[in-house]
Amino acid sequence: MSARTAPLWQFRQPSVLPGFGLALGVTLTWLVLIILIPLSGLAWRSSALGWATFLELATDQRTINALRISFGTALAAALVNVVFGVILAWVLVRYRFPGKRLVDAMVDLPFALPTAVAGIALTTLYAPNGWIGSLLSPLGIKIAFTPLGIVFALVFVGLPFVVRTVQPIMEEIDKEVEEAAATLGANRFQTIRRVLLPGLAPAVLTGFALAFARGVGEYGSVIFIAGNLPYVSEIAPLLIVIRLEEFNYPAATAIAAVMLMISFAMLLIINMIQAWSRRRYGYGA
Amino acid sequence: MEVRVQNIRKEFGRFPALNDVSLDIRSGELIALLGPSGSGKTTLLRLIAGLESPTEGTVFFGDEDASRKTVQQRNIGFVFQHYALFRHMTVLDNVSFGLTIRPADRRPSNAEIRRRAGELLDLVQLSGLEKRYPAQLSGGQRQRVALARAMAVEPNVLLLDEPFGALDAQVRKELRRWLREIHDRTGHTTVFVTHDQDEALELADRVVVMSKGKIEQIGTPDEIYDTPNSPFVFGFIGQSNMLPVRIENGQLLMGDQPVGVSAPGEADGAAHLYFRPHDIELLDGEGSISGTVVVTRRVAGTRHVELDIGATGTKVEIELPPEKFTSDRARIAFRPTRWKLFRT
Repeated sequence: MSARTAPLWQFRQPSVLPGFGLALGVTLTWLVLIILIPLSGLAWRSSALGWATFLELATDQRTINALRISFGTALAAALVNVVFGVILAWVLVRYRFPGKRLVDAMVDLPFALPTAVAGIALTTLYAPNGWIGSLLSPLGIKIAFTPLGIVFALVFVGLPFVVRTVQPIMEEIDKEVEEAAATLGANRFQTIRRVLLPGLAPAVLTGFALAFARGVGEYGSVIFIAGNLPYVSEIAPLLIVIRLEEFNYPAATAIAAVMLMISFAMLLIINMIQAWSRRRYGYGA
Repeated sequence: MEVRVQNIRKEFGRFPALNDVSLDIRSGELIALLGPSGSGKTTLLRLIAGLESPTEGTVFFGDEDASRKTVQQRNIGFVFQHYALFRHMTVLDNVSFGLTIRPADRRPSNAEIRRRAGELLDLVQLSGLEKRYPAQLSGGQRQRVALARAMAVEPNVLLLDEPFGALDAQVRKELRRWLREIHDRTGHTTVFVTHDQDEALELADRVVVMSKGKIEQIGTPDEIYDTPNSPFVFGFIGQSNMLPVRIENGQLLMGDQPVGVSAPGEADGAAHLYFRPHDIELLDGEGSISGTVVVTRRVAGTRHVELDIGATGTKVEIELPPEKFTSDRARIAFRPTRWKLFRT
C-alpha cells in the first residue's frame, strides 16, 4: 500500500519557482489599488445615475460627437501608425546607416516629451500661418484646428507603440525563412507580402491596440491642435473636463463610463484575436 | 539533372571558405557532403543553390551555366536544418507555396495545385495533417513538410542542409531510411550536407569528404571507408589508431620493436601507421604490438579495449569479440591485419 504524497486537491502545482503566493498577492493588491478601485468608483457613480438619466446623458448629441471624434481619430491615427511604424521598424532592423542609433532613440521621444509640448509644437507647424500649414493652406488643406489635426497629434504619441512592439519580432525573423521563400521562386515583393508581413501580424495587432488605446485617452497634445469646436473637433476627454468645470458630475461620469466600456470591449476583442492566433500559430506578441 | 561545380572559390571577406573545389554530380545521384564544421560543406551547398555567389568558378546545371542565375531562376529545392517553414500557413499552404506564387502563365490551376500538394503529403506520409500549422507538428513531421515543400516545385536538384541535424537519434534513423526510399522512388538528384559519418555512409551513393575548404576524397561509402586516401579521411571516417613508426628494410618498427607488419618496397624513413580497431588479430609472442590493458568497455556486440603500448606512451584502442577477451588478461599482443601508411 503506497502512501499518497500529495493532497487530493491543491490550489497550485508544487513548483521550483519560489514566491508564487507572495507575487500573486502583490499583483492583486496592486491591480485593485491602481485600477480596480478607481474604475469601480466610476461604475458605482454612473450606476447611481439611474438607467434613464444615464442614457439621456450618454446620448446627448455633443457627447456622441465627442466620442465619435475620439474613437475615429484614434482609429485613423493607429492605422497610419501601423503602416509607417512597420516601415520604420523595418528600416531600423534591416539596414545599417549612419545615425541609426539616433533614429532609434528618437522613436521613444513621444514617450518622454510632455504631450502638451508636442501639441504646441505641432500646432505651430501646422497652423495656417505655420511653416507647413502656410504651404498647405493655399491648397485648401487645413490641418490644425480640425479633426485632421487631432489625427496628427495622435500619430505622434502613438508611433513608439507600434515600432517598439513590431521591432523585436522582426529581429527574430529567421533569415532561413526568407531564403526558403526565395528557393521556392518567390521574389522580394512576394516574400514580404506573403511570408514576412503575415508572420508579423500578431505583433502589428498588439502595436495597433496599444496605439489606439493611447490615442483614445490622449488629452494634452490634442487640446492644443484640435481647436476644440463643440460637435466638430472636441474630443471626449476634453468634454469630460468641461463637464467637471461646470460641476456637472453626472454628465462627466456618463461620458467616462461609455468610453471605458467601448475601450474595454475593443481591447478585449483584440486580446482574444491574439490568443487565438497564438493557439493556432504557436506564437504571438 | 546533372550538376557540375568547376573550380569554385569562395571568400568571406579575406577568409577563404572554399578553395578550388570541383565536383561532378550525376543525374539521379544521392550524394553526401561530409566534413567537420568549418570545412565548407554548407557553403558549397549554398553556392549550388544560388544562396551565395562564388568569388571564382562556375556552377553548371546540365550544360547550362547557372552561376549567373538567381536562386529563384535556378529552380532548386532546399531543405534547411531548422525547417524554415512558414508558421502562419497550414501544412497544405506551405507545400503549395512554390506553385501558388508562380506567374499566372506558369501556374497550375488551384485544383491541380491542391492535388499535387496532396500527392506529396501522401509521399511524405503526412496525409490527414493538411490543416495543421507547423507549431502543431513534431520535429520529424516538420522536416517532412519541408521536404514536400521543396519537391513541389519539381526542382532540378534537391539540396538538404543537415536535414536531420535538429532531430533526436531515433527519428533521425527513421527519416534516413525513409529519405533513401523517397529518393529511389522519385529519382531527384539530391545533395545533402552532414557532419554525421554514419548518415553519409548509410545513405549516400557517393560521399564527398571535405576539410578546410577542400575536397579530400570522393567515392562510394565502401571506397571511403576501405581505402581512405589521406590521414584526414582515415581519422575522420570511422574509428582509427595512429602509430608513429619507422621503416627499415621493408619492416615497420616502433621504437626498436617490430610491429609485425611488413611493407616490402617502401623506402626507409618515418611514417604514420593507420589501422582500424577491428582490423587486428591477437598474437601470443613477440614481433607484434603489445601493451597493458588500461580500460575495457562493452559496446553492443564487441568489446573495446584500450591499451597502453609502453615507452612512447601512446594509447591504442582495439575491438574484440567479447569471447576473445577475459578480464584476467592484463597484457595483449596484436598485429594489424589491414592498415595504411602515410609518410611524414
